Amino acid sequence: MGSIELVCPAGSPAMLEAAVEAGADSVYCGLRDETNARNFPGLNFDAGELAQAVTDCHRRGAKVLVAINTFARAGDEARWRRSAETALEAGADAIIAADLAVLAHVRSLSPTARLHLSVQAAANTPEAIAFYAETFGVRRVVLPRVLSAQEIARLVGDVATEVEAFVFGGLCVMAEGRCALSSYATGQSPNLSGVCSPPEAVSFERSAAGMTSRLAGLALDQVPTGKTAGYPTLCKGRFAVDGEASYLFEEPTSLNAMGLLAELRAAGVHAVKIEGRQRGKAYVARVTRAFRSAIDALDRGESTAPYEHLLTDLAEGGREIAGAYNKRWR
Amino acid sequence: MSFELALGPLLFNWSAEDVAGFYDRMAGESLVRRVYLGEVVCGKREPLNAEVLARAADRLSAAGKEVVWSTLALLATARDRKQTHRLVEEARLVEINDVSALPVLPVGQSFTAGPLLNVYNATAAQILIDRGCDRLCANVELPLRAIAEIHRACPTLPIEVFAFGRLPLALSARCHHAHRFGLSKDTCRFVCDRDPDGQAVQTVEGAPFLSINGVQTLSHGVQCVGLAPETLWTAGIRSLRLSPHACDMSGVIAAYGRFIETEDVQRLHAQLRACDLPGPLVAGYLEGAPGMQSAGA
Repeated sequence: MGSIELVCPAGSPAMLEAAVEAGADSVYCGLRDETNARNFPGLNFDAGELAQAVTDCHRRGAKVLVAINTFARAGDEARWRRSAETALEAGADAIIAADLAVLAHVRSLSPTARLHLSVQAAANTPEAIAFYAETFGVRRVVLPRVLSAQEIARLVGDVATEVEAFVFGGLCVMAEGRCALSSYATGQSPNLSGVCSPPEAVSFERSAAGMTSRLAGLALDQVPTGKTAGYPTLCKGRFAVDGEASYLFEEPTSLNAMGLLAELRAAGVHAVKIEGRQRGKAYVARVTRAFRSAIDALDRGESTAPYEHLLTDLAEGGREIAGAYNKRWR
Repeated sequence: MSFELALGPLLFNWSAEDVAGFYDRMAGESLVRRVYLGEVVCGKREPLNAEVLARAADRLSAAGKEVVWSTLALLATARDRKQTHRLVEEARLVEINDVSALPVLPVGQSFTAGPLLNVYNATAAQILIDRGCDRLCANVELPLRAIAEIHRACPTLPIEVFAFGRLPLALSARCHHAHRFGLSKDTCRFVCDRDPDGQAVQTVEGAPFLSINGVQTLSHGVQCVGLAPETLWTAGIRSLRLSPHACDMSGVIAAYGRFIETEDVQRLHAQLRACDLPGPLVAGYLEGAPGMQSAGA
């Protein structure tokens, strides 16, 4: 591992293999149910696959972090507790959680298990982070993407936990773990069901005007014939205010903060995270390799510039930004 | 069944004059037992009406109402943190809307867990009870069965539901209102004051859908209750929160007062619709359906 830990998404055993092969220091994954926030069909691990993944990773010097980062449903907390048991039995290096209940269940199962606070807890102040550290012994916090790079530097100095920051992939425009836009339209949300803008509610309609992408029947975007309509993630849609349409909340772009790696490292960030468990093994291989090269270059005292444009075509909508890391984005 | 009616914290950026006038009127509303005050959405707004809210608090207390101070929901700056500390240390009764306020709470101080906290199950509720929580306003996403489960496990915790108003759905570091006018949160000129109920947002086909209020996104639809009072009571609900809007709030209060007595859901909806609402009535969440499902559907 270099001066900054590279944490990569593993939506499947094949993706995990690709990430480790490409130089990930740690991989994060979920179990095949709603206890994690990427609860999509065809994704994730069963207990056996997870145990195998941990064995393989440890043999190669990599760590496995298991995301149990949704909010346990009232009356069904046993399901989340079982996921915690599975992760602990498999030998996971850490469990990433957001719900007070899940954190408590993990702690009651194991007084020493390493707990990471998920971005879904939206903990962006020293007080919030201290609460989780003191109450549950959380050792690392994944920062919500609402802070600028300078604010992250200040925060790192104010907290006793390690800090992990997203550097690539899809951006949540809204504070993670506190967004009900999806459930307002579809009845399902990251907190209720581990999904946002679920596939079951999506439809694409072709007409003379072009292609309309819909969520729960609501038109979220319209593109002329010949262009590709993106997946209708709610907050990335086009909306009208006073008759004027725009990408009101955010353009359908992706985060690429590779250019900020040096600054983040100087700020004391312990680990950087790639988003995209649902993006597949080719994606994770490319992104991991690019960030591995960039971190290694940084450690050799070289510039990360040669690696910065390697990933442009992977960005959603073909556009990348530094998002909330740049204060002007607010 | 003695339900309480509570006025939620004002979510919108009203003028000092409108705020003062509103709370003067509310002081005279005998059906309202509890009033939440305070800036929940944007720390930049807090100084604008701090004085008028302090006077409103005195007025409301003198009128026999229980006044509860609500904290900010998404803290962004050092100033936000200082404001939150001060509120939590000075107020007698507080509502917490962000975990940041928890460790700053004086030892032994009780609090209301606000609807913008993530309490989805009994264990989370119990953890907060152990820290001093003595009332829970349910997160708007929670279906009735989840509320009932929490009630079963924590039977002495009174539960409040968001029973009227545009639903708070999301918060962002980015100010949507400011961006509409080519500004940013730092240079906003408080343009959110143009929309006392939030600015309506439609889909590209013109279907009304959401509304924006500074950094907050709300529903366009106006939440109401679609279930009988007895059903709510059995699930542990003891208080109905009415979120202030620039509509006939006295009419809304009277409609809910009558609903508690007559148990007539249809009549409640009819009377609410006559109150000059900013959007159509919705009631999906409590029934486990999409939040935007029409009331009476």
